[in-house]
Amino acid sequence: MRYPLYRDARPRITLPSGRPIEEFSLENLEAGRLGAEDLGIHEQTLREQARIAEEAGFTALARNLDRAAELTRVPAAKILEIYEALRRGGRGAALEALAREIEETHGARLTAAFVREAAAAAPSTDPGGDSVAAPERGLP
Amino acid sequence: MGERSSGSRRAREREAQPVRSDTTIHEWPEAGLVLTGGPADPPASVRVEGGRVVELDGRSEEEFDSVDRFIARHAIDPRVAEEAMALSPLELARRLFHPDVASSEVRRLFSGLTPARLVEVVAELDVLEMMLALRKMRLRNRVANQAHVTNLRDHPALLAADAAEAAVRGFAEVETTVGVAGMAPLNAVAVLIGSQAGRPGVLTQAAVEEGVNLRLAMKGLVSYAETLSVYGNEESFRDGDDTPWSKAFLASAYASRGVKVRFTSGSGSEVLLGHAHGHSMLYLEARCILVVKGAGSQGVQNGAISCIALPLSLPGGIRGVLAENLIAASVGLEVASGNDAMASHSEMRKTAKLMLQMLPGTDFVTSGYSVMPRRDNLFGGGNFDSNDLDAWTAVQRDLVVDGGITPVGEDEVRRVRQRAAAAVQAVWSEMGFPPIRDEEVDAAVDARDSGDLPERARSADVAAARGFLDSPATVLDLAGALARTGFAREAEALVALTRQRAAGDYLQPSGILVEDAGDLVAESAVSDPHLYSGPGTGYRVEGRRRRELESVPFAVDPRTLGRAGEAPEIFVEGGTARTGSATEVVVAVGPAFGGRLGRTLGGLSHREVVGAVLEGIREEGVAARVVRVRDTADCAFIGHEGARLSGSGVAVGIQSRGTAVIHRRDLAPLDNLELLSHAPNLTLDSYRTLGRNAACYALGRPAEPVPVRVDNMARLRHIVQSTLLHRVEVEAVTPGGPALDLVLRDARPSGTGSGSPPEAA
Repeated sequence: MRYPLYRDARPRITLPSGRPIEEFSLENLEAGRLGAEDLGIHEQTLREQARIAEEAGFTALARNLDRAAELTRVPAAKILEIYEALRRGGRGAALEALAREIEETHGARLTAAFVREAAAAAPSTDPGGDSVAAPERGLP
Repeated sequence: MGERSSGSRRAREREAQPVRSDTTIHEWPEAGLVLTGGPADPPASVRVEGGRVVELDGRSEEEFDSVDRFIARHAIDPRVAEEAMALSPLELARRLFHPDVASSEVRRLFSGLTPARLVEVVAELDVLEMMLALRKMRLRNRVANQAHVTNLRDHPALLAADAAEAAVRGFAEVETTVGVAGMAPLNAVAVLIGSQAGRPGVLTQAAVEEGVNLRLAMKGLVSYAETLSVYGNEESFRDGDDTPWSKAFLASAYASRGVKVRFTSGSGSEVLLGHAHGHSMLYLEARCILVVKGAGSQGVQNGAISCIALPLSLPGGIRGVLAENLIAASVGLEVASGNDAMASHSEMRKTAKLMLQMLPGTDFVTSGYSVMPRRDNLFGGGNFDSNDLDAWTAVQRDLVVDGGITPVGEDEVRRVRQRAAAAVQAVWSEMGFPPIRDEEVDAAVDARDSGDLPERARSADVAAARGFLDSPATVLDLAGALARTGFAREAEALVALTRQRAAGDYLQPSGILVEDAGDLVAESAVSDPHLYSGPGTGYRVEGRRRRELESVPFAVDPRTLGRAGEAPEIFVEGGTARTGSATEVVVAVGPAFGGRLGRTLGGLSHREVVGAVLEGIREEGVAARVVRVRDTADCAFIGHEGARLSGSGVAVGIQSRGTAVIHRRDLAPLDNLELLSHAPNLTLDSYRTLGRNAACYALGRPAEPVPVRVDNMARLRHIVQSTLLHRVEVEAVTPGGPALDLVLRDARPSGTGSGSPPEAA
């Protein structure tokens, strides 16, 4: 297994912009040759990492990374919109519309299926009732 | 209610001890206040049909709630479930524990287990077995640790300095949060720059609202996220306005921007929300863990986390929390194992709890060690804080165990704090953020906490933070600002860290970054798995790491301790001492007394000590002479030899370290009339009284024994110095050499008698 990619397969890694990772250097930065489009991770790299995780026996992580690969093409605002729709535990039309949108516009097939699954599986009880603030477990 | 004061003074004093400030309750299973065996916990079961899990822990597919459905669909491997579930809990527990069963095989089998079965399995193990199993199941070879860096004022220079200190102390991850929500972007920047100034490759995160956090991630300001909490049942999820799917989606969203994700769970949250429904804490936590796994998170921080005091109030609480960590590791998750929130008022209890994670070693021993004093810890954490750093490193050294914190000297700490604070000052100036003045930088370097820093105008900082978040600026602008202002090393570190994001190697389980030939490289469960199969295998504290952990900065070279220094020879030696006949007291001193050594353990000069003893003897009108015993360094034998030479048969024996005895010729050598063994506590008065008493015994008069002050800490404080002094005394022994008469040289004016301790001599 060629991993870490950075050590064992560096020539294959590209920046999100498509440039080789080697070009992500201080020298290029100082020369004004790096921009926001070079920040982050390329879809293809995430897929490679997904295969590595799978091969190492971490299959759920691999599926997550495959969905992540799709989301590299989805703008942040859309991502937050989907998240907000999912957390309301919503069923039906709204989620289905989002699923179709990311599938058709961004080719996010796995994520769309995941959103549809969420819509079908969401708790049936009314999520709009009185809610108690969850303990701040996310901030330890 | 618990035990009430019995009225005895001892009982009242016990009640005032810190542990009694902890709330301690009996189990109440129906209310969910129980670690395992809740009345509603289902029997473990699974049924697979057509490659799908259609029954889970006694519930059929139609009865699934959303958490069941998520687990059945995403967290249980239908190809393994029936094989694994056919094994008894005890058999599974044995495989989990036994070093001969590889961790990969355990992970394979356990991927087929249901939450109820996972609980049944760990319930078969006692804590020691769980610790050994946890050691075996840890994903990453190297043990690491995570730090909290926050302060009450969100002061950027202090955040940077503390992050740098965390980095140089070896923390692999640093998390910050905010006092004022609007400060999130600048806090993230300060911690990012500070950490890289301390040591390139440290991963950082800001625990803030997800929307903001995602934007920070996209700007390249944070490398991991840990804010994704999950719960063991539907109602608790709903209170947090989430579902397993929404959390899983968020995990993919972070990964899509190259950000590592670790979920959060832990015993006690559901019962705290009022949703336990007769389920035990561990059963609900096992469900959380499988949600985490199913969501595709590479890891979890668990071990009750901020709910820790709740399981700790119950029987088996600390064991239950260890069981959580173990379940997570056994299903293949990176574990950041708690020990962050305040667990107890009792240091003993906190340490006992810590050992269960520190001794096995986990991916991150704490989910947040407070590098700064806990008053600045905005996570409500600080179970261990800056004041505990030396004790932590001492324990690592004692046990030869790696708890993920590297001992560092204060000079190095100040150097990186200075560098970090100056770097954010420069960046703030370049980016047009409200300036950081030189006195703020200076204060940040040497501050105890944020109370030592000059006030800043919060509103201006928040406005700048907002402007920065809304601007197109990214980590690249920060690196550029560093490069332009003489912080090329830090600029290079930011670039290297951001380059790793494009490689995504640290997204693999338990990924961290380490320095590698001037660049960074990831270490994870894939590249550096922990492979433990018994003695001689797995992660060992050895070589360079062992020396690093041994080199605590407060260790001193014993060769520099207890030196005789320029101790003046205070006696003139005469000929062989003869047995006297007069009514006298012989003062017998040890081989190095007043010669190679000059002071007692308590810091009294030998001249003053022998002077006080002689004075005491003479006050009673008895003659005295001094001899040096040369063929033994033992106090009893020195005294006994003196007594043999004494005309009265009574002698005072004094070792160089100050231990003194009154002996009589007819007693067995190890018997005595009086023994002053607490040398460090003795004063010149004690020695004078000892001389007087010896004279009384010589005259056959009764004497009140010298009062002895008990100081139980004396041996603890002085045993090393005592050993070193005694070593000199033993070296001075002349085997078979007869005792010699001694005459005190002329006394020069002497000190006060409370001279400096021997090590300063």
